[in-house]
Amino acid sequence: MMEMIREEWEGKEILLQGNEAIARGALEAGAIFYAGYPGNPSSEIIETLAEASRELPIYVEWSTNEKVALEAAAAASFAGCRAMASMKQNGVNVVSDFLTNLALSGTKGGLVLVTCDDPGGISSTNEEDARLFAHLAGIPLLEPATPQEALHMTRWAFELSEKIQNIVLLRSVSRLSHTRSNLRMDKLPDFKAAPYFDPKVPFHAFPVVEKDLARREKLKIAGALFENSPFNFYNGPVSPELLIICSGCAWNYADEAVEILGLQNRTGILKLGTTWPLPNELVKKHLKTCDRVLFVEEIEPFLENNVKAFAADLGKAIGLKEFMGKASGHVPLCGELSPDILLGVLGKLFDKQWQNTAFIEKTAAIVGDRLPPREFGFCPGCPHRGSYYAIKTALAWDNRNGFVSGDIGCYSLGLFPTGFNQVKSVHAMGSGLGISCGYGKLEKFGFDQPVITVIGDSTLFHAGLPGLINARFNNADILLLILDNSATAMTGFQPHPGTGTTLMGDKTDPVDPEALCRALGVSVEVADPYDMKEAARTIYRLMQQAGPRVLIMRRKCALIQGREGGLPYIMHINRDLCLGESCGCGRYCTRIFRCPGLIWDKTAGKAQIDEVICVGCGICADICPQGAILREEKA
Amino acid sequence: MDPMNLIIAGVGGQGNVLASQIIGRAAVKKGFMITIGETFGLSQRGGAVMSHIRISKEKKYGPLIPPNRAHFIIGLEPLETLRIIEAFGNEKTIVIANSRPIHPLNVIAGDAEYPDPHWIKDALGSACGRLFWLNATDLALDLGGPIMLNMILLGAFCALPGVPLEIPDVEEILKTIFSEPDKLSANFEALKIGRDLILDYKF
Repeated sequence: MMEMIREEWEGKEILLQGNEAIARGALEAGAIFYAGYPGNPSSEIIETLAEASRELPIYVEWSTNEKVALEAAAAASFAGCRAMASMKQNGVNVVSDFLTNLALSGTKGGLVLVTCDDPGGISSTNEEDARLFAHLAGIPLLEPATPQEALHMTRWAFELSEKIQNIVLLRSVSRLSHTRSNLRMDKLPDFKAAPYFDPKVPFHAFPVVEKDLARREKLKIAGALFENSPFNFYNGPVSPELLIICSGCAWNYADEAVEILGLQNRTGILKLGTTWPLPNELVKKHLKTCDRVLFVEEIEPFLENNVKAFAADLGKAIGLKEFMGKASGHVPLCGELSPDILLGVLGKLFDKQWQNTAFIEKTAAIVGDRLPPREFGFCPGCPHRGSYYAIKTALAWDNRNGFVSGDIGCYSLGLFPTGFNQVKSVHAMGSGLGISCGYGKLEKFGFDQPVITVIGDSTLFHAGLPGLINARFNNADILLLILDNSATAMTGFQPHPGTGTTLMGDKTDPVDPEALCRALGVSVEVADPYDMKEAARTIYRLMQQAGPRVLIMRRKCALIQGREGGLPYIMHINRDLCLGESCGCGRYCTRIFRCPGLIWDKTAGKAQIDEVICVGCGICADICPQGAILREEKA
Repeated sequence: MDPMNLIIAGVGGQGNVLASQIIGRAAVKKGFMITIGETFGLSQRGGAVMSHIRISKEKKYGPLIPPNRAHFIIGLEPLETLRIIEAFGNEKTIVIANSRPIHPLNVIAGDAEYPDPHWIKDALGSACGRLFWLNATDLALDLGGPIMLNMILLGAFCALPGVPLEIPDVEEILKTIFSEPDKLSANFEALKIGRDLILDYKF
């Protein structure tokens, strides 16, 4: 979408994704330094800026983790330049130690932290609400509701940051980040920058109490600016029967539900874009107009709790209110909101029928429960399938109730049937390794179960190294499998320290995990996940040893192999050799192996290759006891 | 019909998001206000993918279509098409459905049953206003690969009455996406195949 930076598109309507709009907003603000760590739903922000960096004088990087990203961006701010860091909600946890201290030291050039939260955990391990960090760090919070607003708000966030000399948090959600809408762009500035760090003005948190007071003063200034912000507006009658206070993407659903139910003259919507600190006077003015208040926001009752606390302070000045929202049970506590949910909430409150009951009942009667869910799985040709199959085989040979400790990446799917249910714990980036450091010291208490730790190559660099060094330092019994697929595959193939290219396309010496382990004094071997039997033997042998051990399971992500010319085989089933249901294998190839490219022909009662899906990695040929799955070299 | 609500449903890797972007860009060029909500999540890993597209002359609507208010549904995979009917379809919804299943892993493993595609066709036909059941994957394979599927269905969509886009509008956008002449002409061809499937459709 590089029309986005073309001059001829300025002032014209263009279709942009929420994340692209955030990127454009930062460019219109003249920010020159961008850093982040990939993670759905945030990744396209940095990717868009990286594309823009080919034609604009800006710097963009994928950092090794989110904390480093914000620290790097802070340096640009300290030197007087505008900078931005972006990440998903989990990344803000990683950043938090630096963030809470940065909020005390303050900043210079406009500095914006973008978090893309994931209500419902559509592509996450949790649905954490990163807005709470604005509260915790004592910094301003902005929440756009549409892509156009995301652009304007991001642009203004830099101004706000410079006005109060502190970092600003901007919060998107999956739905907004991945909404495309036509919007209007303004001009791009000339990106002139003259970074200079003034040694007379250091950045630190001391004396702590004074800095804390100063931070709170900055927040007050932001609050005063918020009172007249165009990002806050009210639609509805002067004295509504119900006041809906909402923020972010959820505003769209409330707005449309009111329209569908025809409640425009009975409800008022106070849409807040500047949500911390609250624009107190504005909120007070509207609280006075109505005794029933409904909060509509995603994940935590953030606005709800803050407005309620504020209302308690106001006391008699606004009178007694009936508050409805997450606490009262009117709005679901968990999961993403939708027009459906808002129609349900408002339909009930105003006793309005809105469902097409006849159609729903008719279709429900036809469809019933005959639609199987679509289970997540590794892609056809994915090396992780081979890795987990080898792990499963080795653990079965060993027969001591061994299990796998994992963390975050495509390989988290090892929790599920696609990874043969081998993974038994998943938490944060790098946590599988830290947890295994603990298992690795339980032997003296009689712990005898072998534990295999898995970590992806990008995750190793992100948060795995401290755990690995800890294992070496404390001589913990760990067997670490680095699932090295040369990619940050989960989030769309961003380069990382091991890939040999930076985000802006510069060549760099790749960090070699093997050399890294050697330097740490940890024994290391390499295996090929496509050679499952040999890999299983190696894993089994290493399981019988003590101390920290690393096995690198090395094979490129199937999607990358696909881009680089494809995989080597065309697969066939020899239908004479496949004995089908009568084989005695119990349909092993499909029941257990679960590759989307290898399906079961119910009519023939035999295995079948789905040629639309199969990519030709060939590893399934090694699991058929009859040798009925055949590899043919591609011409 | 304002906003005009369209859903594209399918499975990761079928070109859903690209198809919705092309429709969106073509509609912006014709002066419409567009909002597209993309749901993909773990789609790269074989999950369901759905795009909500809202086209209006009046205003920019939210990224999610309210229940049972889709005017059109383009289904790239039969099971995923039927799955969303109850929530988003209605008596008048026009459905273009590709007939070729992609088996979910639980079906491959024998833990669940994939409904008979003929039954899916009948179910879609009796639930909605009008169904175009197209054998589009095979035609895509003849054209050079399963990835051409989305273009065939896009061509079919443009041929429907009430759709404010025509094939030349889509072609204009494709020109900005594909620079290689052979790729571009294959995509143009796919659009025409799709259009003819609708024009020659026998109910």
